[in-house]
Amino acid sequence: MRDVNNGDRPILAIDKLSTAIGGNAVVDGVSLTVGAGEVVALVGESGCGKSLTALSVMGLLPAAARVSAGRILLLGEDLLGYSEKEMLAVRGKSVSMVFQEPVASLDPLMRVGEQVAESLIVHGEASKSGARERAVEMLSRVGIPDARTRARQYPAELSGGMCQRVMIACALIARPKLLIADEPTTALDVTIQAQILTLMKTLRQEIDTAILLITHDMGVVADIADRVCVMYAGRIVETGCVDAIFERPSHPYTRLLLSTIPKLNGVRKTRLRSIEGSVPDISDWPEGCRFRSRCPLAQDDCGQVPPDFPVDGDANHTAACWHMDRLGEMA
Amino acid sequence: MSEARQPLLRVEDLRVHFPIRGGWRGGRVATVKAVDGITLEVGAGETVALVGESGCGKSTAGNAILGLVKATSGRIFFDGTDILAQKPDRQQALRRDMQVIFQDPVSALNPKLTVGRCIAEPLTIAGYDRKEKERRVDELLELVGLLPVHKNRYPNEMSGGQRQRVVIARALALSPKLIVCDEPVSALDVSIRSQIINLLMRLQEELGLSYLFIAHDLSVVRHIADRVIVIYLGTIAEEGPTDAVFEHPTHPYTEALLAAIPLPDPRSQRVKPPFALEGDPPSPANPPKGCPFLTRCPIHMEDCATIRPVLADTGWNTKAACLVRFKAAYG
Repeated sequence: MRDVNNGDRPILAIDKLSTAIGGNAVVDGVSLTVGAGEVVALVGESGCGKSLTALSVMGLLPAAARVSAGRILLLGEDLLGYSEKEMLAVRGKSVSMVFQEPVASLDPLMRVGEQVAESLIVHGEASKSGARERAVEMLSRVGIPDARTRARQYPAELSGGMCQRVMIACALIARPKLLIADEPTTALDVTIQAQILTLMKTLRQEIDTAILLITHDMGVVADIADRVCVMYAGRIVETGCVDAIFERPSHPYTRLLLSTIPKLNGVRKTRLRSIEGSVPDISDWPEGCRFRSRCPLAQDDCGQVPPDFPVDGDANHTAACWHMDRLGEMA
Repeated sequence: MSEARQPLLRVEDLRVHFPIRGGWRGGRVATVKAVDGITLEVGAGETVALVGESGCGKSTAGNAILGLVKATSGRIFFDGTDILAQKPDRQQALRRDMQVIFQDPVSALNPKLTVGRCIAEPLTIAGYDRKEKERRVDELLELVGLLPVHKNRYPNEMSGGQRQRVVIARALALSPKLIVCDEPVSALDVSIRSQIINLLMRLQEELGLSYLFIAHDLSVVRHIADRVIVIYLGTIAEEGPTDAVFEHPTHPYTEALLAAIPLPDPRSQRVKPPFALEGDPPSPANPPKGCPFLTRCPIHMEDCATIRPVLADTGWNTKAACLVRFKAAYG
């Protein structure tokens, strides 16, 4: 386990970021940091704002969305002050992204080798032929057999798992300091998922890239993350190192989320724990704590937004809940 | 189950082959053997899971049983009657007792029909009059945990979990005996997944339903299935009671599938042996001659390339098709 506070400047520091779509703050005051070489998982259900947080960092927000407050510091530079032209120099070079749907994210009319080489050429890091050579090398590094032949093929000629390897090659060829992976294995089979996770773990060390991993799968989090930020309805409700989150989940939401997963060593055919109701719609997020409407511990004072309280005196493990001391009642 | 009773569903040597047409006359140039000789039984009140990677033929097998694709050969007995031998109108009447729940509740519901009308559609086809329909729809809504007010809503006004409840209500409308559940929870959020799994288990208990549960999430399968059938490239690799298959996997593919599940527990995930299965499954249009798993098998031997293994007893009350593991038996 890496020490979170190793004194180094974090690769990415998001500070009270709010991103709104049509007046609704879908991301509402999110702060998180990713240290050098660290894997931070941003966990939450669909619509909680995790992908929008990532797109805010990349400067790739959909037309209807815009950042309304906060700062995004990449290697100390505030990306929100950057022009589109300046962002072009950042994307693919200092920070790059891997998306969920590998097949849809690649250009179907471009040979995969060229797509991998593109970022080197765009950033002027290599000549065309040099970039092509390095693309082939990168493709074999992400585990594509017979890379030279494959480089001349089109995405449609490759399987989903192969396409995701190509995406990772595209993202990492310029050795970015930060890789944002948005549900990189959700569309893949478990066997292929295991391959991709192993690949990401290896490359992260070889290339020394920090990873911000966006996912809803707690199994994936346990496999690869150093630290975890749990997001619910636009806010981070709990953050801590991966062991602390799984062993001492301290926000009722995190706790319920972990208890809903059927365990491989659990008693079969029993009723599973579930979280009643569903994630509230953005337009009617409750005042104060947003988990209030589904929380078994909710009381009147939950109408006020809880700050991040440290858990057991551990400043790196915090949860935003007024009633952490009553967690025992949930069991 | 007593031996005298026949299973609700018995599928014998089911094959579904799709032609690939090409050439200037559009003749058959190759055959995709999506399902290539599957035999299975589902007893009354039993849950049998079909598991495997995408493209292995598990959904095609389900669709062939439902009559949604034409079986190339094989026999399907439902309640003792050979369905495929019946005239089309008699087939349809028999199939009233088997219904289906698909993965994605958004595309499974007509966006222009209210929830009430969606649920009533099978009743209309079956010739219920208006009063009966209304009564039955109310009954069904309550059964799946929805409120009478939901009847007049449109699918887009409901959450993913509620929509899947509507799909389940519609499947139950004609009181079927068997429901083919094709990835019923994969598209749902984690917090909703356990609600739907609980609902399916409760309905099975109350109504004595049988489920053919098609899924790739093995932790869900382990929780609700009585028996598991592992499919690879259209054939059965291993089958048996759930506990036996999970505790004593015999086929190397089953072992690999189980090893690939990321455990939602960082400490045990760290000590787990690294995942070994490489590559993708081969195309079902061009499967290996001998064992279908040959190209990815970590333990294969020479004979595997020529001899196609058949299911044999493992001694754990399960059956597996593997030459290496049954060397002695093959002589």
